[in-house]
Amino acid sequence: MTSLVSLQTGYEKVGDGQARNAPRAFDVGWIDDIRINLSAVERRSGTLPGRRTVKNEAQAAWLLKAITCIDLTTLAGDDTEGRVRRLCAKALRPVREDILEKLGMGDRTIRTGAICVYHRYVATAVEALGASGIPVAAVSTGFPAGLVPHDVKLREIEASVKDGAQEIDIVITREHVLTGNWKALYDEMRDFRQACGKAHVKAILATGDIKTLRNVAKASMVCMMAGADFIKTSTGKEASNATLPVSLVMLRMIRDYHERTGIKVGFKPAGGISAAKDVLNYQFLMKEELGREWLEPDLFRVGASSLLADIERQLEHHVTGRYSAYNRHSVG
Amino acid sequence: MSVANYFDTMGYGTAPEADKEVRAWLKTHGDGFGHFIGGKWHAPHSGHYFETFEPGSGNKLGKIAHGSSEDVDLAVTAAKAALAPWQKLGGTGRARHLYALARMVQRHSRLFAVLEALDNGKPIRETRDIDLPLVARHFYHHAGWAQIQESEFPDHSPIGVVGQIIPWNFPLLMLAWKIAPALAFGNTVVLKPAEFTPLTALLFAELAHKAGLPDGVLNIVTGDGATGAVLVDHSGIDKIAFTGSTEVGRILRERTAGTGKSLTLELGGKSPFIVFDDADLDGAIEGVVDAIWFNQGQVCCAGSRLLLQAGISERFIAKLKRRMETLRIGDPLDKTIDMGAIIAPVQLERIKKLVEKGVSEGAELYQPSGTLPASGSFYPPTLLTNVFPSSTVAVEEIFGPVLVSMTFRTPDEAVMLANNSRYGLAASVWSETIGLALDIAPKLKAGVVWINATNLFDASVGFGGYRESGFGREGGKEGAYAYLKPAAWAKRKPRKLLPELPQAIEKQDGFEFPEIDRTAKLFVGGKQVRPDGNYVRPVLSPKGEVLGEVGEGNRKDIRNAVSAARSAEGWGKVSAHNRAQILYYWAENLSARSDEFAQTIVKITGDSKSIARKEVETSIRRLFTYAAWADKYEGTVHAPPMRGVALAMKEPIGIAGIICPNEAPLLGFISLVTPLVAMGNCVVVVPSERHPLVATDLYQVLETSDIPAGVINIVTGNSLSLGKVLAEHDDVDAVWAFGSAELSAQVEKSSIGNLKRTLVDQGLETDWYDPKAAEGTVFLSHAVEIKNIWIPYGE
Repeated sequence: MTSLVSLQTGYEKVGDGQARNAPRAFDVGWIDDIRINLSAVERRSGTLPGRRTVKNEAQAAWLLKAITCIDLTTLAGDDTEGRVRRLCAKALRPVREDILEKLGMGDRTIRTGAICVYHRYVATAVEALGASGIPVAAVSTGFPAGLVPHDVKLREIEASVKDGAQEIDIVITREHVLTGNWKALYDEMRDFRQACGKAHVKAILATGDIKTLRNVAKASMVCMMAGADFIKTSTGKEASNATLPVSLVMLRMIRDYHERTGIKVGFKPAGGISAAKDVLNYQFLMKEELGREWLEPDLFRVGASSLLADIERQLEHHVTGRYSAYNRHSVG
Repeated sequence: MSVANYFDTMGYGTAPEADKEVRAWLKTHGDGFGHFIGGKWHAPHSGHYFETFEPGSGNKLGKIAHGSSEDVDLAVTAAKAALAPWQKLGGTGRARHLYALARMVQRHSRLFAVLEALDNGKPIRETRDIDLPLVARHFYHHAGWAQIQESEFPDHSPIGVVGQIIPWNFPLLMLAWKIAPALAFGNTVVLKPAEFTPLTALLFAELAHKAGLPDGVLNIVTGDGATGAVLVDHSGIDKIAFTGSTEVGRILRERTAGTGKSLTLELGGKSPFIVFDDADLDGAIEGVVDAIWFNQGQVCCAGSRLLLQAGISERFIAKLKRRMETLRIGDPLDKTIDMGAIIAPVQLERIKKLVEKGVSEGAELYQPSGTLPASGSFYPPTLLTNVFPSSTVAVEEIFGPVLVSMTFRTPDEAVMLANNSRYGLAASVWSETIGLALDIAPKLKAGVVWINATNLFDASVGFGGYRESGFGREGGKEGAYAYLKPAAWAKRKPRKLLPELPQAIEKQDGFEFPEIDRTAKLFVGGKQVRPDGNYVRPVLSPKGEVLGEVGEGNRKDIRNAVSAARSAEGWGKVSAHNRAQILYYWAENLSARSDEFAQTIVKITGDSKSIARKEVETSIRRLFTYAAWADKYEGTVHAPPMRGVALAMKEPIGIAGIICPNEAPLLGFISLVTPLVAMGNCVVVVPSERHPLVATDLYQVLETSDIPAGVINIVTGNSLSLGKVLAEHDDVDAVWAFGSAELSAQVEKSSIGNLKRTLVDQGLETDWYDPKAAEGTVFLSHAVEIKNIWIPYGE
């Protein structure tokens, strides 16, 4: 019961009753006319960080907002229940209270967007987070390679949902992209979406594996067509993780999808975003390409493990004027 | 605003760049800036100063010296004195200085960037991320050219003292584009920065002096148009290089006509931005932003005419409007803006007026909803739709953040609309189909074509226009020739006046049996035609015997010849191999009749038989030379710092008029006609006025040599008057005039209508027998336009 309630509270503040994405009929026309020019993408993503910056109060605010969008993540082979509980504790109190007070944000609830774990620790996290409203996301479908049998993937999703996961981060079968088998990708994704039920589904494209921006764009569109609530760059396990060019392409597909359907799909870059100034660039990209709405956790998440620590240091610097150190902030 | 407030609104706030250091520097010149001449500051001779303002706020920035003729004189004298030691340093010595300038720019880059943003009103992002890196790159690149000058340009020497006049839109970058090549190749400089934006030039001069640049090598004289005019007219100046408006460019062409000063002009534009339906539309949208909202649209090569394929036009415009909403306009020193201020209230007024005019002619106006800063000169990004080629705003260069959009149906129509302009500076082509993009690029009349990109610049890639966008290139090897002259031409002496012809000797009475009359007509469109006026001029031998009569060509004959040449333009698309074959065939046919031509030459010029034979032999050799060059005077592949290439393609200029000198009537003709024809141009030739019969005898040779009709048209008559008609003709793209100094002056002066390219000899006689002076690349380089096609790639 707890999970259902928190599912609602997790979204109500920004949800304004907007429709959730749902699978629609496969239409190859939506991907056939996709054209991506790498150099043009790079130019846009390369110059944007020079066009936008935030300083002082604005910077502190943007970084706090970023915290609320973090999917605080642990996805390591040596994860344990204890490790997950520690992470959940951090998710509940990501920033030292005195810092929040000094920022004039003491009356606000600043918590991470979600906790992201393997299926094994979903129940632990759900319990640890209690009625906080912080959703638990489970990576699934044979994460990270996604090469277990299809029915096993569906059962894995169902198991995580049963354990209280409100978000499922699925991985796609890269082979479908690399062989141009878009219908197969669509079918797979639609099955995942259906298996998730009320839980929201994030489609991990593993952009480091599918390589070209054209593949990224087409896979994005197919996953949205098949009902993905979020599209997500990476597992964090590929050779290359989230980048601004890849993100730009995915955001443009989200925009196209919105123009076609009126449905807003979220975006989650993951892997390699560990510095405060990096996450700001992603936020700029979101705001510029998609708009203000996409800066909130219902449409923007950042998959990260060490980013929070750097943000904390920046926030402390903002209030004290002195550069901070990691040991002054609690670990997650 | 509080953190909480930002947290809720997620606004950007402001991020002002500090200007403390710049203000401190300005303070050191608080009493007013002098001219920087001979390594020292000089107060203006007249004592007059004017103010320069911050466009972003309207506040005064500094007192600037108003240059008078005395000041210019002082600067030219300093530049002249510095010339010999500067050249004596040699390439390596100059390379070190240029390298030091590059380092100096990098050391002080933030100071320059902030000062430039203040003085010009452009965003600090642009000065910091675009202008300054390009400036440093220009000096590095040209330090390299200086280093290898002796080996790469052995047949060229520096021009001398160069007067340079630069605009306000890229004050420091244009300074770099001008002085880096000039200094690298051994010239010295007097530079006049724009009246609105003199500060970075002055800072540069001060810091260059500190970096050890010898006194007098670079002199800065500040002032307005009147100062510029004094500089242009100064007799101690060997070359003028100008970037600015087409209007002023015309004036400079006129003022320098006949003075022997070389001239390069980089002028205005109305560049097309073509989006095909298979383009990356979102990529193209960002391209548009960089094309027309870069530097507030105050860019000569701004992509200001958006041409959209009909099928995507509606979607594209919707995307564009959305994108315009996210553009931020504000304080130039704010690091989080996209657009700064317009240079001055007068420009702002001009933009407003033109937009009003556009709207009154039926254009639909779109401007995003944001507000503009209250003080300073600001104008919002603007889109005008429902615009047609006949609309004023589609024709006139607005030089502001105003984009006009039109649609096309087919690739051919895109090219037609793109080329429907007096200008020809740049073009941008967006398509993901390589075959389409690479087919369109060569068809565009533009000196720079960006494929799936826009406003890319680099020191290694030539920049410059076709048509009324000016002539000459800046950057790359092609840009080097703007500051070099052929060494062989330096030896030319004034042409000796030919002795007056004696009175025509009347034919003796009697009943001599006449030869069958051969009537020399004109040769137009592959046919021998009667002159329009139906008058003839007698051709006399040196002794005064009437050798025959040739048509007296007039303006209408020139008109007909030009239109025949225009119809033969396909010649430029014939393969170079084919053109070579035809030139060889011409040589073969001439060779078969060489005795006859030699005899004619003897008869008409009075030259000895051996000289005449030599002229014919050399002519045949020259035909072979250009047949050889036809498929070998190739383009280059530049390697600018990006993933991609820039192809410097050599293209025919179009239609060239040629005035042949009196001397060497056959060899002169062939030496001037063949390089142009070999490169794919069509020509209208006025042969040697005194000895036209050799040319008219060529008709049959031409006719039998498979030269397509209209490629070579010949109009006999008066050099001076036909030269004027050709130079004035707006459908002629180039004129080469060899003959009297008066002819040169007149051709240069008359060329301003469409700013055609001119090659004149200023009355200096070329030794047509000296291959170094009379054939090869010295002529070929004037027979082509260099178009740089930028092709970024990657998947």
